[in-house]
Amino acid sequence: MPETSDNQITFTLDGREVTAEKGEMIIAAAERAGTYIPRFCYHPRMEPVGVCRMCLVEVEGPRGATLQPACFVGCGEGMVVNTESEKVKKAQDGVLELLLTNHPLDCPVCDKGGECPLQDQTLVHGPGETRFVEEKRHFEKPIAISELVLLDRERCIQCSRCTRFAEEVAGDALINFAGRGDQIEVATFPTEPFDSYFSGNTVQICPVGALTATPYRFAARPWDLEQVESTCTTCSVGCRVAVQSSADRLTRLLGVDTDTVNHSWLCDKGRFAFEAVNGVDKGNDELALTDPRRRLTEPLLRKNGTLVPVTWGEALSAAANIVRDATRSTPEGIGVIGGAQLTNEGAYAWSSLFKGHIGTDSLDAQLGDGLDARLLASVPRATIEDAASACTVVVLSGDLREELPVLFLRLRSGAVAKRSSVIDLGPRRSSISGFAAVRLLTRPGDAPALARLLSGENGDVATMTSHPEGRTFGDEDLAEARRLLGSDGEGVVFVIGRPSLAEAPGFIEAAVRQFAQAFPKARFLPALRRANVMGAIDMGLSPGLLPGRQPLEAPRAELRTAWQKIPAAVGRTTPEQLAALADGSQKALVVLGADPLVDVVDAGLVERAFGSGAPVVVINGHGGAIVEHASVVLPAAVMHERTGTTTNIEGRVSRLGQKLVPAGLAWSDWMIAAELASELGVDLGFASSADVTDQIAAVAPSHAGLDAAYFESAKALDGVLAPLSRNTEIAHDALVDPVAVPGLSAVPQVGLGSYAGQVRTSPATPQHEAVAPMTIASLPEEAALVAPAADSYSLRLVATRTLYDLGTAVSASPSLTRLRKDAVVAANPYDLDRLGVVSGDQVKVRSARATLIVTVVADEGILRGTLGVPVGLSDGSTSAPTLAAALLDMSELVCDVRMESL
Amino acid sequence: MSLTDAPKIITSRVNAPDSFTLDAFVASGGYEGLKKALSMTPEAVCAEVDEASLLGRGGAGFPAGRKWSMLRKADIAYLVINGDESEPATFKDHLLVERDPHQLIEGVLIAAYALQVSQAFIFLRGEFALGLERVQAALNEAYAYGAVGANIFNSGFSLDVVVHPGAGAYICGEETSLLESLEGKRGFPRIKPPFFPAAIGLYGAPTVVNNVETVSNLPWIVLNGGAAFAALGEGRSTGTRLFALSGHVKNPGVYEIEMVKHTFRDLIFSPTLGGGIPGGREVKAVIPGGVSAPWIYPEHLDTPLGQDEVAALDTMLGSGSIVVMDESTCMVRAAWRITKFFSRESCGQCTPCREGSGWLERILWRLENGQGRIEDLDLLLDVCDNLAPGLSWPPQQTTICVLGPSIPSSIHSAISRFRDEFLAHITQGGCPHA
Repeated sequence: MPETSDNQITFTLDGREVTAEKGEMIIAAAERAGTYIPRFCYHPRMEPVGVCRMCLVEVEGPRGATLQPACFVGCGEGMVVNTESEKVKKAQDGVLELLLTNHPLDCPVCDKGGECPLQDQTLVHGPGETRFVEEKRHFEKPIAISELVLLDRERCIQCSRCTRFAEEVAGDALINFAGRGDQIEVATFPTEPFDSYFSGNTVQICPVGALTATPYRFAARPWDLEQVESTCTTCSVGCRVAVQSSADRLTRLLGVDTDTVNHSWLCDKGRFAFEAVNGVDKGNDELALTDPRRRLTEPLLRKNGTLVPVTWGEALSAAANIVRDATRSTPEGIGVIGGAQLTNEGAYAWSSLFKGHIGTDSLDAQLGDGLDARLLASVPRATIEDAASACTVVVLSGDLREELPVLFLRLRSGAVAKRSSVIDLGPRRSSISGFAAVRLLTRPGDAPALARLLSGENGDVATMTSHPEGRTFGDEDLAEARRLLGSDGEGVVFVIGRPSLAEAPGFIEAAVRQFAQAFPKARFLPALRRANVMGAIDMGLSPGLLPGRQPLEAPRAELRTAWQKIPAAVGRTTPEQLAALADGSQKALVVLGADPLVDVVDAGLVERAFGSGAPVVVINGHGGAIVEHASVVLPAAVMHERTGTTTNIEGRVSRLGQKLVPAGLAWSDWMIAAELASELGVDLGFASSADVTDQIAAVAPSHAGLDAAYFESAKALDGVLAPLSRNTEIAHDALVDPVAVPGLSAVPQVGLGSYAGQVRTSPATPQHEAVAPMTIASLPEEAALVAPAADSYSLRLVATRTLYDLGTAVSASPSLTRLRKDAVVAANPYDLDRLGVVSGDQVKVRSARATLIVTVVADEGILRGTLGVPVGLSDGSTSAPTLAAALLDMSELVCDVRMESL
Repeated sequence: MSLTDAPKIITSRVNAPDSFTLDAFVASGGYEGLKKALSMTPEAVCAEVDEASLLGRGGAGFPAGRKWSMLRKADIAYLVINGDESEPATFKDHLLVERDPHQLIEGVLIAAYALQVSQAFIFLRGEFALGLERVQAALNEAYAYGAVGANIFNSGFSLDVVVHPGAGAYICGEETSLLESLEGKRGFPRIKPPFFPAAIGLYGAPTVVNNVETVSNLPWIVLNGGAAFAALGEGRSTGTRLFALSGHVKNPGVYEIEMVKHTFRDLIFSPTLGGGIPGGREVKAVIPGGVSAPWIYPEHLDTPLGQDEVAALDTMLGSGSIVVMDESTCMVRAAWRITKFFSRESCGQCTPCREGSGWLERILWRLENGQGRIEDLDLLLDVCDNLAPGLSWPPQQTTICVLGPSIPSSIHSAISRFRDEFLAHITQGGCPHA
């Protein structure tokens, strides 16, 4: 028995002494002590409500033993609890019989059958037969409450898990109860569907088959499924998932509960993007190679202007020739863009080949939409938990719900519970603005000046705005923000990303430098969205960086041993490479798992680059517009088809589980790199993914100790922060509640990491030498950027992301494609009035690059003098892939446009 | 008219045609209690109420003075008046809100002054269309008169009062459910703990919830002293109280009588009160305190109408709603009708009440209509036991609030006393009374 502290009490559970934390609910304390109390409405990640009454236990009190809900009564010193008495048995039996009276018992056709807490708990705790002979209640079944979720009200047991999740966790209070008594039903509001980015979680936590999601509905039975634990790579939060499949088709993803990251929640994009992987078996060959739904399953080589299938040998030979030709005079004749969709092992392999053996430094996993990787490596990194529990969270990024949905949930929970105060520095009102303590909305270009103001530099307040409409906030807001930041940044986390892609990243980088210098104790959480972008940067897929967050200038001995070359000078970023391709100074390009035509928000630049006719080697698992410009296409395995590790925004390295074999002839990225190296006469020194992991651990100081053996151990279960010295011990083992995520414990585990449903162990405190990280002081000085003054006839463009965009994950997943909306621009009603147009009108928007006729909507959340445009969406008004890409010129600091009525 | 010479404390004006107007109210001594209260310290007002031993008139009979003393000290606290009188056969507050709204408002003001709160809410049953109109009109008059609002009668004390109509749910008479509804949420009772709104109530602030009749007593208590109130009645049951008499009596209605000094028999049979049973039929059973209460029978009619006296019969005086059922009554149908009410009004939040009420109602409907089975009687009692384990009084509960464990009262009473009648329904294939 653990030692008791001030916070611990002892109580009697079924006649034995049990220790619990003071105030801990009986249900949780009993579970840790090995006594499982049945439950439906209780969920360990939500506030208890005590409505299902399944967990009634006898608690002795001043008026004798009474039945109390174990999920709602906190443990107290000396309390006497009985979970096994006749009275308890009768109450539990009675509740189950009552729950079943109106339940249709259509288990044979119910998706939940076989993993249903109502079935399972009835078997253990319920009556064998019902005494209910009346007619059951009837509802139309099922009804769609959103595009993705169906509701069968007859099966519903009114536990309120879904309604509570929607309101309490997601903040989307779009479903609630209607009616009374046994006619009560879960319902949406009449004109509003349950449109929530998190709707799939309600299906995941439904303890019966009342809520089903269209992708899994009637797709499989639990006993036909197998699952492997993995990490979601749809964005860079790194949620732990169980990937389930049946007959070599992915069927479902469920969130796995980790304290550190996702608390069992997933966003709908992450949950349903697995459909993209299954594309291969649905008339794949009939889809165009430029269609993101098309899975690339065989190597292709352009012959006489047409891509034709060839053998791997022929394709690799052609790719090797392109590399040789391009690097004949200088290694910088070739460059690599992309890599954020790769595993760490894949990213390292390509980094090793091109930086370490060919010698070019022009590798960039970011597509002009990120931040300086050397800066990110130089500021103290926060964890997600740090951010969720910080006193003050400063958000200088895009809309987190649109970009990193589960990070939004974590921050929201901290702010709603009043644990933390959020300072919103976004360019427009966003999902966090509603619960932000202070809103200092910032026009493009103003971030450095605002950072100086917040750091206590008084200066001329008026200079912080480059816009005639002036400052967007009052002195009291500024004072409150300064108060929340404190003097040295203790307890402050800055979430840093790209608030708008229509302003140069230098503005944000300058603000970050200012914050880092003014608040030395603050920590920083990068809000860069692409799956493994942080891992790719760690592996060296960024100009100026070597594996392990080390600067190019100071390669370590281990790396010199493993690599033949170290690039001489800092290479080109993605926009610089595209410009170099256009002017001929870069001869060829390798594209790793990206589609620059959709991803780079500068259609003019992309057109010039690929119009040059320079050879392009595309390594990807999906088709896309870039394939049209490819000389060679090498098919790569995609998520759930590969093993290895991935790294999230906080620097947590976690395992990827392989559930399927790669489609067709596709190979894992590391293998493609190794084979291409071989074709070039280079031995990269690994023959398996595990070998790559080991080499990373050997050469990357940030990954010391994180070898393949480490990841095969239980210590790495929930991922491990790199470097190892950042990890602290977790106080106690967490149990997996079979009713919390019903489908998890019902499905057999395969492969590495079969831990779901079992006791989790904590990572041990590592004993590793601390690595000297890069520091702000070591970075070269940057010239201060000054945004040009705006005139009062212009609107400054604010380009922000939406979750359901034209990216591959959404485009290749039919369920998600349906949720994507057409692009519209948004303006403040004041600016619309000035033009004499109303919301919904068509207007002419003119930038230096293009003039478009688009639909404009009024939005109070858009600052006066700015125009909101979505990134990654189109409306058909332009031949460019996206609206933002048509308008933007990435070489400009900001983008001012004119809007005219038609 | 009462059998004793006790004064009419709260119904002195109800028979006057213009009793609801400010003029009539002031002419008959209205707002004098408030003026006197304002001249006293809040503590002195509380002391009078304590001395009066005024028991809450909403149903639970909790001493009002003690409830007030439990109010947690806080910067913001609220007074809420529960006027959501919705139970079948309960209609005493209905009379007060329609016929003497100023007395209610004066009571609210005295309570608010004693508690030193500056915001009060009167939550009235939405179906009280006339009552809502009269209370709102009276409130407007009282504001104009200076009895409500800022600096009442130049005393320095200020109070705002908001009248809030209910939306038709019986459950909102349950105080925590009422508070939820007042906050704009679904009328779901709050789970305990916290046990009392006095600690965490409306908008999380400490809140006193008092019944309409309870606070209507306050003007008289302040004017005449708590001791004068306590001198009426006996034991814990002091003063007078309203009884809503209905069912098989010649003169159904609301009667204000002194507590304990009268028996059920007095109330039902006295010519000045109930006037006896039509057609000279015999009493078969009496519901003593609203349809949640277990029934009493002819042998109990000489029990005094007092809180503890009725509690000794393992039932309750509750809200003072007394329903007389004579020998012509079908007890299966009576139990079914009451259960149907609860089934319709169960909020649906927790399982035993939501599913149990509907199940019980369906079984009783079958029995009443000749589709019953012998085993249904044990089934009824066992399902009741799953709502209120042990079927004791006061009931234990498997539910969040007391609505669920109120359901078994009528069923348990009917089956225990009139089992033969149930059997007759089963063997005859229908209702013998039909």
